[in-house]
Amino acid sequence: MVHGELWTMKEFFVLPNEYIYWSIQIVLYPYMTGLIAGAFVLSSLYHVFGVERLKEIARFALVFSFALLPVALLPLLLHLQQPLRGINVLMTPHFTSAISAFGIVFLTYACIVASELWFVYRAHIITTLNSLELQADRRAGESLLLGIYRVISLGSRDLSEEALTADHKAIKILAGVGIPVACFLHGYAGFIFGSVKANALWMTPLMPVIFIVSAIVSGIALCILCYIVAIELRKGRARRKSGTQAGMLSAEEYRTLESTEVRLTCKYLLLFMVLAITLELLDIIFRGYTAVKSWDIIREIIYGRDFFKIFILQYTIGNAIPFILLLLPRITPRRAVVACLLVLFGVFMMRWNVVIGGQAFSLTFAGFMDYHMPLVPTSLETFKEGLGGALLVGVIPFVLFYYLNKIFPAFLEEKAH
Amino acid sequence: MKRRDFLKNSIVLVAGASLPFAALDWIDPKELLAARPDLRWGFLVDTHRCVGCGFCVKACKKENGIPYDANVTRTWVERYVVLKDGKVLADSPKGARDGFTTTAIDRGAEGMEKVRDEDIAKAFFVPKLCNQCAKPPCVQVCPVGATYQTADGVVLVDRSWCIGCGYCIMACPYGVRFFHPVYHVADKCTFCYHRITKGMKTACVGACPFGARQIGNLRDPADPISRVILTQRVGVLKDAFGTEPQVYYLGLSKEVR
Repeated sequence: MVHGELWTMKEFFVLPNEYIYWSIQIVLYPYMTGLIAGAFVLSSLYHVFGVERLKEIARFALVFSFALLPVALLPLLLHLQQPLRGINVLMTPHFTSAISAFGIVFLTYACIVASELWFVYRAHIITTLNSLELQADRRAGESLLLGIYRVISLGSRDLSEEALTADHKAIKILAGVGIPVACFLHGYAGFIFGSVKANALWMTPLMPVIFIVSAIVSGIALCILCYIVAIELRKGRARRKSGTQAGMLSAEEYRTLESTEVRLTCKYLLLFMVLAITLELLDIIFRGYTAVKSWDIIREIIYGRDFFKIFILQYTIGNAIPFILLLLPRITPRRAVVACLLVLFGVFMMRWNVVIGGQAFSLTFAGFMDYHMPLVPTSLETFKEGLGGALLVGVIPFVLFYYLNKIFPAFLEEKAH
Repeated sequence: MKRRDFLKNSIVLVAGASLPFAALDWIDPKELLAARPDLRWGFLVDTHRCVGCGFCVKACKKENGIPYDANVTRTWVERYVVLKDGKVLADSPKGARDGFTTTAIDRGAEGMEKVRDEDIAKAFFVPKLCNQCAKPPCVQVCPVGATYQTADGVVLVDRSWCIGCGYCIMACPYGVRFFHPVYHVADKCTFCYHRITKGMKTACVGACPFGARQIGNLRDPADPISRVILTQRVGVLKDAFGTEPQVYYLGLSKEVR
């Protein structure tokens, strides 16, 4: 069986070698890098622009962005026909190719996020390290944590006022440098598609910009969502313990914290949603108005075959409804959860409609291809390029976050901040 | 030895040693042999002569080790049927490996479409293969440099280095690339590079009973195909992409995609 034949349905005049070569994993690749970039931009809003009220969510966003990092690589590796040769991109990068710089951009970005994380948590690491070392009887988990902290503290034990100021300065610089790099990382994912001149749907200089803005939208939505879930969990715990422990917030304090953070972040989300929708509509209108040769087939895709996916799933359910939900006054965390889930779904559908939609028509402009995603994996290939692989990629960041959260607690329970 | 002397001697030694090494690089015999400024492979397709027998496709598959029943092919033949009402129907069942055995048109998932003879205004066949573009987008987008252009103009794929990302397949406006079902790397027509570099014709040229396919040297004005390209009215496919295809067509019709 030829790669792609299993899930590609051809209709009318399609060239013999044409299949849906880029399937679900390539839908997930921009989706995942988008979430990373978006989460990072959100965390930078606090660190660089000093939006003080975002302090809580900013730290969380940074840890989450770090947890998402390896997951941006995974879909790319999974979709390769020769995954073991993926390292070749770093060994012989061919710089006329948009993909070749991925390794370099990605590693730069990873270094920035990792070092920013280190500076943010340096004081916490040292304090915990000191207290753990003094502790006489340590549990296995605590001993492990001690070992990890010993390594990642990199020998730093300085908690003086001077050192802490230096930390803040470093964080600010890193976050500042990180924003353009995060935008570049993702804008460049858009460039990979936008520069394919053979593909009439992809080729537009707007593509990188559309990708960046929708990335920020999805990243913020995911952060709000996870933040609310985590706070709710903590709220429940605080209620059970009824705030007896010193240093823990009470359920009521959590509620105030949650609603202020959520309300403000939702405003930023709305702002970026307006930008994203404007750009996407501009793209469609421009195509229709200029109506070059490819417009006939693209119109057939947009208004015909993919109408449900584009106008119902993406624009109505993924954009319009959450937009109204967020715009209505007195937003509650529950309403924000629903809106954010819909926004995340909408951005996913946008990636789907771009990646799969771009391959839905033949180079002949006289035939169509339909992607039938393999649901039940019958081989490694149908697992990778089907529902199984998609779920794997979707679940990993949360698993990683669970463990990362033990090392870098995203919700430091300290009252004095 | 003084520090100054040490540094001086080091510089002299490094400069002196790098000269012969650099010279070795300059006269790489392989590169010298490969550089042929007098050679640029080109292809000429005379669509008037093609009858759609598919011998070229068969020959190509066998010569180049593309699994015979796999639904991918390095070369294929398209059939165009233009009806009197202006409607254009086209197909290429199995890349026309077995020729066109019925007058019904293959419409993919829609099944076969019957066409009445009296409705047909014109019909013709168009063989397709890699255009070995002068500005190949596939070479441009390969992230690892596994696909490259030889000095004599043919675009090849290094099977030992291709990572199988599919970017080149996406970048080709002609749909000539695919994943090899056995090697799982990008694959495409090479103008039978293993044959033409030994003075033979390509498998498809050799198999065509009607001389619809010809290969030659575009830099040689006396070459039969250069003469045709220089003196007659020829067309290329999708020139709007700026790829500068080097497969020329005689009798190209506007319906051809």
